Amino acid sequence: MYKIILAFRYLVKRRITYLAVLAVAICVFIVVVVMTVLTGLVIDFRQKNHSFVGDCVVGTESLVGFAYYEDFVKILEQSYFVEGISPVIKSFALVNPVGSERNVGVEIMGIDAVKHSKATGFGKTLYYRKDNVSKAFKPAYDPNLLGCVIGIDLVLERDAKSRYPYGSGPTDIPLAISCFPLNAKGALAKADAGLVKTQTFYYSDNSESGLARVDGSMVYLPFEQAQLLCGMAGPVKRVSAIHIKFKPNVRLEAGCEEVDSLWQSFKREKADEKQAYLLEKVTVQGWKDYRRAYIAAMEKEQTMMTAMFGLVGVTTVFIVFVVFYMIISHKSKDIGILKSIGVSNVNIIILFSGFAFLVGLLGSGVGLFAGWLFLLKINRIEDWLFERFGFQLWDRTIYAIGDIPNQVDAKVLAVIILSAIVACLVGALVPSRQAAKQKPIETLQVTQL
Amino acid sequence: MNKDDFILRAEGVYKSYRMGATEVKVLKGVDLTVKSGEFVAIVGASGSGKSTLLHILGALDSPDKGVVAFDGRDLRRFGGGELNRFRNKMVGFVFQFYHLLDELSVLENVFLPVMVSRSVVGWLFGGRKRARKRAKELLAQLGLGERANHKPYQLSGGERQRVAIGRALMNEPRLLLVDEPTGNLDSATGNGILDVFEELNRAGQTIVMVSHDERIAQRAGRIITLTDGRIKN
Ligand SMILES: Nc1ncnc2c1ncn2[C@@H]1O[C@H](COP(=O)(O)OP(=O)(O)OP(=O)(O)O)[C@@H](O)[C@H]1O
Ligand SMILES: [Mg+2]
Repeated sequence: MYKIILAFRYLVKRRITYLAVLAVAICVFIVVVVMTVLTGLVIDFRQKNHSFVGDCVVGTESLVGFAYYEDFVKILEQSYFVEGISPVIKSFALVNPVGSERNVGVEIMGIDAVKHSKATGFGKTLYYRKDNVSKAFKPAYDPNLLGCVIGIDLVLERDAKSRYPYGSGPTDIPLAISCFPLNAKGALAKADAGLVKTQTFYYSDNSESGLARVDGSMVYLPFEQAQLLCGMAGPVKRVSAIHIKFKPNVRLEAGCEEVDSLWQSFKREKADEKQAYLLEKVTVQGWKDYRRAYIAAMEKEQTMMTAMFGLVGVTTVFIVFVVFYMIISHKSKDIGILKSIGVSNVNIIILFSGFAFLVGLLGSGVGLFAGWLFLLKINRIEDWLFERFGFQLWDRTIYAIGDIPNQVDAKVLAVIILSAIVACLVGALVPSRQAAKQKPIETLQVTQL
Repeated sequence: MNKDDFILRAEGVYKSYRMGATEVKVLKGVDLTVKSGEFVAIVGASGSGKSTLLHILGALDSPDKGVVAFDGRDLRRFGGGELNRFRNKMVGFVFQFYHLLDELSVLENVFLPVMVSRSVVGWLFGGRKRARKRAKELLAQLGLGERANHKPYQLSGGERQRVAIGRALMNEPRLLLVDEPTGNLDSATGNGILDVFEELNRAGQTIVMVSHDERIAQRAGRIITLTDGRIKN
């Protein structure tokens, strides 16, 4: 009982304890906020990548593409675990707004809008045709024209509040898109006029995938036209990749393995075909592997930031430790008194550990609450800062995010609180153990001076 | 008389403090016996080692050499748990510098020895009520009935000393060890305290008291003088 009473009294009556509580609170606050925002950014980024890619990609890096894809699509269509399949043409092109001298190098992706929306989150990235994906490539101002969907950052710039100033409909802009078609051997194919093949498309919609790299360089074209532009539409048609989405209950790894084994037997089956050599370069990858280069960079950044704020955490832990050391050194007289009336060493250590536990609990409670409050209002705080001082925490031209993530992760919280309390316990344990081990009279003498 | 009839027996107690290279020899072979029910005063000049001896007798410190036995049992043989029980139940110690817990009220300081010997349950259901009653009685007896809920820092030195006495008596110890009980008291209050000790002694309480003042020591049944690290009869 005296342990409970004394632990509480130490907590309430000593100014220096408030310092310890504050130190713990600040530590917890910083770590909670940083971890939440960073984790949020990474999760968000992964989600966007997943949505962009679909679950699995059968494809090649080569600009030549691979043949016989239609047969493999048929095989996939018959498999029980596949929900969406979208063959895709990928290449590079020059975009020239008709009538201007400007030329912009872009990536192009030839897709069937409906199929691609079934295999990936493409449909949801549209603006004007979000609810009518089949018309993605039909400009609202003239549905008979050949449309193209342009990555949002190629067209619009975010405003101060990181929103895009969309108009009421797409403007009537014809774009001449030029490609260098390649034949199956990888040589430049003889196109109609010279080596370049050009076709005019009309701006029909925007795609906002949330991936800065994609939105700033990608133009989506109708599948057949893209196939023609890239020289993949010969008697033996080719594509660059097949994006696949699995049924909801299929695990990613299991699905990819299934696809891979289907692909291997398909490859064997086609071994004697004329363009079988193109199949050799094709890989089967889950979305994480497919986008690994980008995700890894982001995760690296997160690791680095976590490490840096981990250092901040360690410093604070040390401060907590020092504060405790001071408190308990101050209280070594009490330890002597308690021992002189027969309190055991173990009980003395329990008493001060209990006290430390209270400080840790209270401190992390306060820090957590403050962090939660701050995160709740973080977007409003940021808006306010921007309006008042023109200061933006996250430059939206780099981070393709609308809002700063503020979803608090319970698991992360538990770890943070636990480590805060452990830090307090360690901070209390060392000096109290030391004081408890001494003879009662020794601790009493120290403070007499 | 069998030597185990003594409640307290010290034989050849040595104690020295090392201060860097020099060694201060404080006790150089103290022999001392106290019978149950005795009221013994230890006198000596300041710095003669009275407090040091008393701490050793109360098992708050250990001698470099020599034996201290309580009820015929060598204190060195006591295990950790036994030693704690001994400090809690057998001896009541009144420090020269009181040593109260600042965070507890006067009343709590007095009943602390009972509280620390009980579990939470044992304390809340049973121990608490009786302990508070006894602590209040002790405080009244010591003239502090009105100050039960004050904090130690609100008391004068003499008042704190009396709280410390109350705490020492709380568990009705077999042996009461008192270091300079009247050092900070005016003669009237000091006499009051001594009256309390005399009364306790008449009721059978064994007391060993340290004082540098011969006149105060006169109130005890027997006076022992500590000079040059030894007892002089
Ligand atoms: N922890 C210690 N370290 C070093 N020297 C000590 C220590 N404790 C006591 N001494 C020395 O031992 C001697 C005896 O001290 P002690 O406190 O026993 O004297 P005392 O007789 O009680 O004196 P007073 O009447 O002033 O209380 C003193 O010279 C003191 O300096
Ligand atoms: Mg002394």
